[in-house]
Amino acid sequence: MADTVVGANPDPHASGSSLEGEDPNRRDFIHIAAGVAAVGLVGGLAWPFIDQMNPAGDTLALASIEFDLSKVVEGQQVVVKWRGKPLFVRFRTAKEIGAAIKDNHADLRDPATDESRHKPGKAQYLILVGTCTHLGCVPTFGGGDYGGWFCPCHGSVYDTSGRIRKGPAPKNLEVPDYAFLSDTKVKVG
Amino acid sequence: MSGHSTYEPKSGLERWLDSRLPLLRFAHDTVVTFPTPKNLNYWWTFGGILSLMLGLQIVTGIILAMHYVPHVDYAFNSVQRIMRDVNYGWLIRNLHSNGASMFFLAAYIHMFRNLYYGSFKAPREVLWILGCVIYLLMIGTAFFGYVLPWGQMSFHGAVVITNLLGAFPVVGHAITTWLWGGFAVDDPTLNRFFSLHYLLPFMIAGVVGLHVWALHVPGNNNPTGVNVTSPQDTVAFHPYYTVKDGFAISVFLIMYAVFVFYLPDALGDAANYVQANPLVTPAHIVPEWYLLPFYAILRAVPDKLMGVLLMFGAIATLFVLPWLDTSKVRSMRYRPTARLYFFIFAFTCIVLGFCGAHAPDDLVIPGVSGPQFLDANLNSFVWLSRISALFYFVYFWVVTPLLGLFETPLPVPETISSPVLSHPASAPAGAVASPEKRG
Amino acid sequence: MLRKAFAFAALGLALMAGPLFAGQALAATTQAEPRDIHWSFEGPFGKFDKAQLQRGYKVYREVCSSCHSMDLLYFRNLGQKGGPFYDPKYANPNDNAVVKSLAHDIQVKDIDSDTGDVISRPAGPADKFAAPFPNEPAARASNGGALPPDLSVMAKAREGGPAYIYSILTGFVAPPKGMTVPEDKYYNPYMPGDMTSAMAKGAKVPEGGFIAMPPPLTDGKVTFDDGTKSTVANEARDVSAFLAWAAEPKMEERKAFGLGAMIYLLIFSVLLWFSYKKIWKNVSH
Repeated sequence: MADTVVGANPDPHASGSSLEGEDPNRRDFIHIAAGVAAVGLVGGLAWPFIDQMNPAGDTLALASIEFDLSKVVEGQQVVVKWRGKPLFVRFRTAKEIGAAIKDNHADLRDPATDESRHKPGKAQYLILVGTCTHLGCVPTFGGGDYGGWFCPCHGSVYDTSGRIRKGPAPKNLEVPDYAFLSDTKVKVG
Repeated sequence: MSGHSTYEPKSGLERWLDSRLPLLRFAHDTVVTFPTPKNLNYWWTFGGILSLMLGLQIVTGIILAMHYVPHVDYAFNSVQRIMRDVNYGWLIRNLHSNGASMFFLAAYIHMFRNLYYGSFKAPREVLWILGCVIYLLMIGTAFFGYVLPWGQMSFHGAVVITNLLGAFPVVGHAITTWLWGGFAVDDPTLNRFFSLHYLLPFMIAGVVGLHVWALHVPGNNNPTGVNVTSPQDTVAFHPYYTVKDGFAISVFLIMYAVFVFYLPDALGDAANYVQANPLVTPAHIVPEWYLLPFYAILRAVPDKLMGVLLMFGAIATLFVLPWLDTSKVRSMRYRPTARLYFFIFAFTCIVLGFCGAHAPDDLVIPGVSGPQFLDANLNSFVWLSRISALFYFVYFWVVTPLLGLFETPLPVPETISSPVLSHPASAPAGAVASPEKRG
Repeated sequence: MLRKAFAFAALGLALMAGPLFAGQALAATTQAEPRDIHWSFEGPFGKFDKAQLQRGYKVYREVCSSCHSMDLLYFRNLGQKGGPFYDPKYANPNDNAVVKSLAHDIQVKDIDSDTGDVISRPAGPADKFAAPFPNEPAARASNGGALPPDLSVMAKAREGGPAYIYSILTGFVAPPKGMTVPEDKYYNPYMPGDMTSAMAKGAKVPEGGFIAMPPPLTDGKVTFDDGTKSTVANEARDVSAFLAWAAEPKMEERKAFGLGAMIYLLIFSVLLWFSYKKIWKNVSH
């Protein structure tokens, strides 16, 4: 190796000048394999380092709740606590649903159709996060001019679809992520 | 680092060290003999002020971390305990919280000085980009730090900003959950923000090291924007600029002290003295003053994702600025038209700040119900932010490239030492009449 | 030239718009400006009026504390430097006789170390101000669903500070014509709120909002030991001052330290200025 031309190979210890007659492809393969293994090592360590920031077991345990809708009578609502917030589960009457659909294209501050706020075929069940989108007070049902919720704090009025109609709140009452597990059972979150 | 070293070890110990780790040589060449243009004005003292502020924030921060508890149940009360019971805790905490504002104030002056005198231009592009990186890290640090007292504005500010990442399609939701470590801003979030708030300042310090290194290769720009040509143009950094920076730092500290001792809460929000409550949202969520312009840009667009991209675009634009400016003349002293646009731009940034502080639907001129235009009232802050945000981008992407091509700059002096115009006869009439007097 | 004209026009317009950015609250929420009253602790040299703080403490103790907690306050705070009952004789506020007797009047919950039972015992200087309700649901249940906020840092937690507290306490007025006041609510023009939906159609919407707290103060409600007339205004003023002290007990220390710091920095600046002039004397720049 000492007879390598000076300047042609800056590293005098590098093996694999063609003088040794080694197959160049084979020689590269071992370096590439070592490189890939190094990347794999970094990647294998990186994922635990990244994933540790995802919700931990104790957090996940409190993330979702199941609720039996048969507990709610027509025209009533039940309030349950979910992720630290009150959740309204309301069994709407046909009259309320009709009023909500009628206003689908009224002048709404935060436009949304009633259909987008309940699951298909389950228009009677309205599930909402029960905090006023203004300052987070808990609105009461049955107040205001739209037959829905009325926030006692600053007078925001929501209709029977939970849409903001009057007062200072900027947005409709939030619809959480939920799915029907059976005809009367929902999983929220 | 530029030029050869003039350091001569004086004692045996110094010689011994110099042949093993030339630390004293390095210090001598960078802060003692470093040739610095002799015509730097007071706008150039903010680099030194910023170094001091970084050091002060790190020291006060480490002390506060000895008393602070990063837990949702104790964070608010532990900050209050620092204010009430820890010896001189009120001083250290006021220094730290107002220090953030002072740090940003100095950084903004430093950046606008740079824009005015064209310091970002070749050969100082890397220096400028490193400065932009520092600015980004500062924004991150300030954001994480603001969450720690766990007041109402801390909490809901964190909710608003972390929700921005939810604007990205497909992965947005996964990113916010990952960032929160849960399904809302909560204890895991506070804990990791504390960890990151402790980490980032040291990263800033690292980049500041690179920034100073990149400064010492080409040397300082100066108010004329003309290159240093002879030793007559420069003076040694010490004692000439150590004493000048020292004086400026002292004056800056007086202003800082006015806030710390007499207006400690003036730059904060009253809502942050209410402990965070996820069930109650403050009437008006606003970031600290130094982030208001970006907040205004964010809210100027009705589409959340577009707003986020535009806000990041506003900062990203700064990174490519050296290649947007086509003018060969660095200093705006000799570019009257560019100077005018510069001042309009600076004013636009202030207007954006005002827009960020107001609800988008508030009326700019109270009592005048302006005409509705597209989706909003023309007299509302949302339209003012749109116009201002538009000018922000137009300034960098249209005005800056075009001005360099079309404007006629005034004659530029040949050297720093002869700021007298070399060909006064050929200068347009009236041009000489407005020499800049800035320190 | 055209470019220049355009630029000037833009600058002019911008400057004209400048003064119009007056501070505004959310369009729908309104409240009256807090009353302008003078405090002894205002300004760079302001100090708390000890007698006023003592009267304020009495108002808090006899009126406010039946609903409002002050979780960040300890009895010892009353006797610390700058506090209402500070006595230079007692460097350690825990030894202060007045503070001890004030604390002794209050019962706090504790655990009997022998039996492990929950007991009540008289408070000592190291104890916190006892909260009136054991938890938030209990506080809400006793107050018609509304939560009386903790008053520890109230004077810093509202825009206007002590002036706001004073204005709320003295600002209860009869509701204007056409206003429907909900049960257990009171109209107060200094309370932030939106009265739009409470007003009859066509009536002018007044500033202010509803507050769940009934007017707490009446003339003669508290007997001041120093003979100060106990009008609503005096009671409100004194308790507001007390809350301002409670929100920042180290305020006097801060201002005193600040004075020294300012003088020091000014001298330091002057020294550096002359040093700078001397060093740069021979450099033409």
